[in-house]
Amino acid sequence: MTNKPPPIAEVAHPEESIGLVGRVLAFLLRVLIAVAIPALAMAVFILGFRFLRESDAPKFVIVLVSIVWGVGGVGLLYLAANTMVEALPDRWTALLQPYVFVGPAVAILVWYLLIPTFRTIYISLFDRSSENFVGLQNYIDIFTQRDLLITFRNNLMWIVFGATFAVIFGLLIAVLADRSKFERTAKALIFLPMAISFVGAGIIWNFIYEVKDISVPQIGLLNAIVVALGGEPRAWTATVQPWNNLFLIVIVIWLQTGFAMVLFSAALKGIPDDLLEAARVDGASEIQIFFRIMIPYIMGTIITVATTIVIFTLKIFDIVIVMTGGQFGTEVIATQFYRQYFTNRNFGLGSAFAVILVLAVLPVMAYNLRRLAEEEGF
Amino acid sequence: MASVTYEHVYKRWGDVVAVNDLTLEVADKEFMVLVGPSGCGKSTSLRLLAGLEEITEGIIKIGDRVVNDVPPKDRDIAMVFQSYALYPHMSVYDNMAFGLKLRKVPKAEIDKKVKEAAELLGIAQLLDRKPKALSGGQRQRVALGRAIVRNPKVFLLDEPLSNLDAKLRVETRANISKLHKRLGTTFIYVTHDQVEAMTMADRIAVLKDGILQQVDSPQNLYNYPANVFVAGFIGSPSMNFFDVTLVEESDTGKLYVDGGSFRLEVPPDKAETLRKYKGRELIFGIRPEDIHAADFTPPGFFQVPMKATVDVTELMGNEIFVYGLTGGKQFIARVDPRTSARVGEEIELRVNMDNMHLFDPETEVALV
Repeated sequence: MTNKPPPIAEVAHPEESIGLVGRVLAFLLRVLIAVAIPALAMAVFILGFRFLRESDAPKFVIVLVSIVWGVGGVGLLYLAANTMVEALPDRWTALLQPYVFVGPAVAILVWYLLIPTFRTIYISLFDRSSENFVGLQNYIDIFTQRDLLITFRNNLMWIVFGATFAVIFGLLIAVLADRSKFERTAKALIFLPMAISFVGAGIIWNFIYEVKDISVPQIGLLNAIVVALGGEPRAWTATVQPWNNLFLIVIVIWLQTGFAMVLFSAALKGIPDDLLEAARVDGASEIQIFFRIMIPYIMGTIITVATTIVIFTLKIFDIVIVMTGGQFGTEVIATQFYRQYFTNRNFGLGSAFAVILVLAVLPVMAYNLRRLAEEEGF
Repeated sequence: MASVTYEHVYKRWGDVVAVNDLTLEVADKEFMVLVGPSGCGKSTSLRLLAGLEEITEGIIKIGDRVVNDVPPKDRDIAMVFQSYALYPHMSVYDNMAFGLKLRKVPKAEIDKKVKEAAELLGIAQLLDRKPKALSGGQRQRVALGRAIVRNPKVFLLDEPLSNLDAKLRVETRANISKLHKRLGTTFIYVTHDQVEAMTMADRIAVLKDGILQQVDSPQNLYNYPANVFVAGFIGSPSMNFFDVTLVEESDTGKLYVDGGSFRLEVPPDKAETLRKYKGRELIFGIRPEDIHAADFTPPGFFQVPMKATVDVTELMGNEIFVYGLTGGKQFIARVDPRTSARVGEEIELRVNMDNMHLFDPETEVALV
């Protein structure tokens, strides 16, 4: 084993010091490392699983052995691979070492993310039973049939109202809480819904929107209030389409405002006091300071938060399924995909919905990543 | 254009008194420097004037107007911050124009003022840049420009040179002095650097622990420090202090400063006023430049010989700093560069007793 550290220049650009053959060899070795490590790890797991399945040992021991086996086995595997790579000449160590650690993660991602994506695209070009090639027919159907088009309108509503209000409320609360004595309590309360899953939130809000006949007491909070004020109980999520969607969107606002608030609050605290004081001396009122100094200063955070919530709302599924199951004109892309693929067993149409969802999320995602890269997030 | 008046101003945070009974008058068009070590309340005093902190007690006036409850934007002041506090999302032009835009000044006039100020400060070619693309010195000038365009009654500068390197600092110091003369506006300048204070100020206010120690012209502050703190703070290297006793020689009636290992005669013109302190323990202060090497002593003052052991020497080129030891106490003398001072050897010195200082050891107040 060579222990002397390689010259820095060589480590920085190791590719430049080897020829074409070397590069090809390096590429092959990198792929090999990336694939071999997870494959070996999988083999370790399967062997361990078989062994433990046939064992009569007490449960506790089995758990202990499996933890030691799993964690220790993978750890050993990395250690062995790393030692092997370090035993190579310095130049080759520099070329291959990163791939011992990053390679397997990338390989696994390709395996369970990239391959299914391409498979879904492929299936979306076939008919409902994946037997006959139909070209873009599924996509044409989606964009021409009225009941399917509703999903896009609804998703648009989710994006526009959900993201906008979550950002506005988050910002407002961050600014106001910053000046309040009860900052911690207020923020904790507003952040709390973040801990609730979308399904849980859906159930909670189902109770709030619950409607009973006028003759019996209302157990839904909203209708109880309406009746107490002399109104008639209503089925909030079922009537006045398409605005009933707003009653579902409120839930995502409730969930995401806390997330937005925490990030905005941190960003606002990052504004140097000098800057605000300079603006004050320059003659700005508090409102002018907010719009002309604070907002531009934290614009990066605002965009990041907004795009994150946009992605959330694009993918929205749980809330709709729990609240209405997609009835009353509340279907969204993700629920349509689920309904077509699993309920109607129309694999072609379902896959097409999934592809559209991916295509819709991708640009937002790409934008987000580019921003992060600009801010040297990586 | 306006004067500034502090009348018995206090600023307290709980038990902490940041500014303690500050009474200070800054004349119209004056360049006043507030100087002191960190935590002395100089920045707080400035921030009280700017309206960025609330006054606990007392009155601050700009001109004849009491501004205690006037928000910063209506005080007609401009401030330059240590960090410059440029708006990072605005161009240099917009940074400078911001205050005017808020005041709804017509566009053409804003344009004229910004360009004039940029010309004056030599940043005309940078107007389209963002602060991020500027060097420290350029940012500093933009910060000045932002203040200038507003044409305020009072200019407040809070350690504007601290973030610049030494060479640029000297250059900018001169430029700010020039700017003051050219604008003819009241300047109030906060710094911890006594050199900045000495070189730029019309008058200097020395603060310590929130209490004003002395206000005077740089020359007077240097020659007649009111107490031990001011004497030690102004001047570099600092004044030397010795614990001494004032003794009278019975047969001649001459007064001597007796530090145990040395005995220095008090000049006759000072002796009369000091005679009443004879026999008392006092603090004797003498500046390094008032201690000369015996062989290179210029004529024209009351010379008194003194001996010391050389501890360390620092050759500065035009002079030598000799760290001498007498009676186990170290002091500094700035002597002629031709002086042969070897470490460990004894050196003959001449003290200029015309420039001696004596302080009461309890109150630390100057006696002569």
